Amino acid sequence: MKAAIDFGEMDAILTKYGHKANNIIPILQDTQAKYRYLPREAFSYLSEKLGISTAKIYSVATFYENFSLEPKGKYVIKVCDGTACHVRKSIPILERLRKELALSETKVTTDDLLFTVETVSCLGACGLAPVLTVNDKVYPAMTPDKTSELLAKLKEAN
Amino acid sequence: MSTEFMLIDNVPVEIAGEKNILAVIRKAGIELPTFCYYSELSVYGACRMCVVEDKWGDIHASCSTPPKAGMEIRTNTPRLRKYRKMILELFLSNHCRDCTTCEKNGKCKLQELAQRFGIKQVRFNNTSGEPDLDTSSLCIVRDRSKCILCGDCVRMCDEVQKVGAIDFAHRGSKMRVSPAFDEPIAKTNCVGCGQCAAVCPTGAIVVRDDTARLWHDISDRDAKVVVQIAPAVRVGIGKEFGLAEGENVMGRIVAALRRMGFDEVFDTSTGADLTVLEEAGEFLARLHKGEKLPLFTSCCPAWIQYAENNYPELMPNISTCRSPMQMFASVLKEHYRHSNRRVVVVAVMPCTAKKFEAARDEFREDGIPNVDYVITTQELVKMIRESGIVFSEVEPESVDMPFGAVSGAGVIFGVTGGVTEAVIRRLADDKSVSALRALAFTGVRGLKGVKEASIEYAGREVRIAIVSGLRNADNLIRQIKSGEKHYDFLEIMACPGGCIAGAGQPVTNEEGRKRRSAGLYDSDRMSSIKRSEENPVIMALYSGLLKGKVHNLLHVEYRRKA
Repeated sequence: MKAAIDFGEMDAILTKYGHKANNIIPILQDTQAKYRYLPREAFSYLSEKLGISTAKIYSVATFYENFSLEPKGKYVIKVCDGTACHVRKSIPILERLRKELALSETKVTTDDLLFTVETVSCLGACGLAPVLTVNDKVYPAMTPDKTSELLAKLKEAN
Repeated sequence: MSTEFMLIDNVPVEIAGEKNILAVIRKAGIELPTFCYYSELSVYGACRMCVVEDKWGDIHASCSTPPKAGMEIRTNTPRLRKYRKMILELFLSNHCRDCTTCEKNGKCKLQELAQRFGIKQVRFNNTSGEPDLDTSSLCIVRDRSKCILCGDCVRMCDEVQKVGAIDFAHRGSKMRVSPAFDEPIAKTNCVGCGQCAAVCPTGAIVVRDDTARLWHDISDRDAKVVVQIAPAVRVGIGKEFGLAEGENVMGRIVAALRRMGFDEVFDTSTGADLTVLEEAGEFLARLHKGEKLPLFTSCCPAWIQYAENNYPELMPNISTCRSPMQMFASVLKEHYRHSNRRVVVVAVMPCTAKKFEAARDEFREDGIPNVDYVITTQELVKMIRESGIVFSEVEPESVDMPFGAVSGAGVIFGVTGGVTEAVIRRLADDKSVSALRALAFTGVRGLKGVKEASIEYAGREVRIAIVSGLRNADNLIRQIKSGEKHYDFLEIMACPGGCIAGAGQPVTNEEGRKRRSAGLYDSDRMSSIKRSEENPVIMALYSGLLKGKVHNLLHVEYRRKA
């Protein structure tokens, strides 16, 4: 289910960035922070307000890996697969997560919109490898079993 | 100040304000290859075909390097040739190479340069898939497998037309030119002007080809196929057949069409004459009442769509006149109403957007469009070639009666400023020859994107703007809205230069546009009827066929698309 966007909230974001088209990246970041993804309605609204085409905004949004055009889960789990995490076995952690949540490389979000599982190339916390983050909280020195426990705890909290 | 020079392949060449070395090199008579460079668009520097070597052996993209006095540049060293070949091979390695069946065959820049640089073999595996078509638009066809990502279409659509229907999406090896959300182009705000196709160096965006269906109807004995030819076509087609660019070859087109099997051949300038009278009448009525001003012209279907998409509140200000093509088509359908054969109206147009206009609901009667086929000048070239007619040897013929007369005013519709000049001729109190000649100097002529003129009418000043290119139009509309500018009459054409440079015409350059424009003004000068109201055909229509039907046949109320 895709919720319609709140134009009042969009206006607040636009005001914060002075309705300037060259602030499109922070505007999209704030929009994504609100909705956990970039809703389609936001494109036409921003296009009208900023005077740039929806194709141009789509261009920016698809260029950066961080922007998502699909709704993301309440918990966005990012598994680090940088060199340090990779050699300290991040892949089994990723596989465990995908198995337990019935996700894959192409299907990254659970149907109940609770979890999204992604990989990142480096979180800059190589000393804590292997690392994953849930939303912005960092979980260091993970193992597949610790990951299962974490998932169970998160599910319980809901 | 002394003149500045630079050395190009050891030859001194003057620098005369060129923005980049590429322009200086081309001025020196060296045809440096490019895919992504157009002087009217911003510099993108993506294709790297225009690389040159300086005296220290450094490589520069000449399109994005400003010239400096004393610079020493080489354009044809072994290293540069190697680079260019490598670039071409890389382009070809992910390009769908079905050249023989490609719409762009023989006109493709990639094909031409591959041949010029002697690419006999591509060392890399071909990674392009099958043709990946978007046929949703009535005006253009896109094929992603032929795209080389030069971005010419993207910049044209945004910088010149301010439509921005397409842009680059995704990145790296997944990058592609695409509308937002990878929607089919017909679902976007595309206005069908086709200028993207006019700058596309390959077959990635081409004009939609409707000739196959048309051939079928031409050979149908139960169909009476009548055709009208737009003003701009006659000066845009000759060069394709070895005649001079801009030469008026109307007579040859008429003869060729008859030989191909068209039953009756007419001139859209007749429709333009009707438009002049209707539009002048409408303008005067609004001027007297002082309402719904400024009046915007309505001949250009891409502009109509642009207004519908972006300025729906301006729709009441747009003339209710149908375009010359549509006016003439409704007259033709009415004229042949009692024909015992099925009447098929064909329009040969310089324009891709006309294909969309002809299909609009407003121009259908009982579901059947008034114009059954719009074919572009480019498609007409193909049809003439296919039929084997040697165009340069065809004896010119004249168009058919009862619509055989046109005025010079109707003919100049094909160039920016023409509609305005034709309307002014109608409005002017002074009908003397010298007054008519003086009109040419009021600012209405020339290929500039924005022109202003002002005339005296009934003791008041009438302020006029003539715009070509939709970004220019948009800027002016904003200035009107902010109260910065005031006009009574605005002529707007989507394609820079007007219909002579329409996307349906064979592709040309600035020099070509000048010649085509001159070709139309020459024809006007040679025409004994200068004003639309002096055209006897038009007078006969008003007292005959059009009696009581002017509103129904010649005017339209655009219903906004859902």
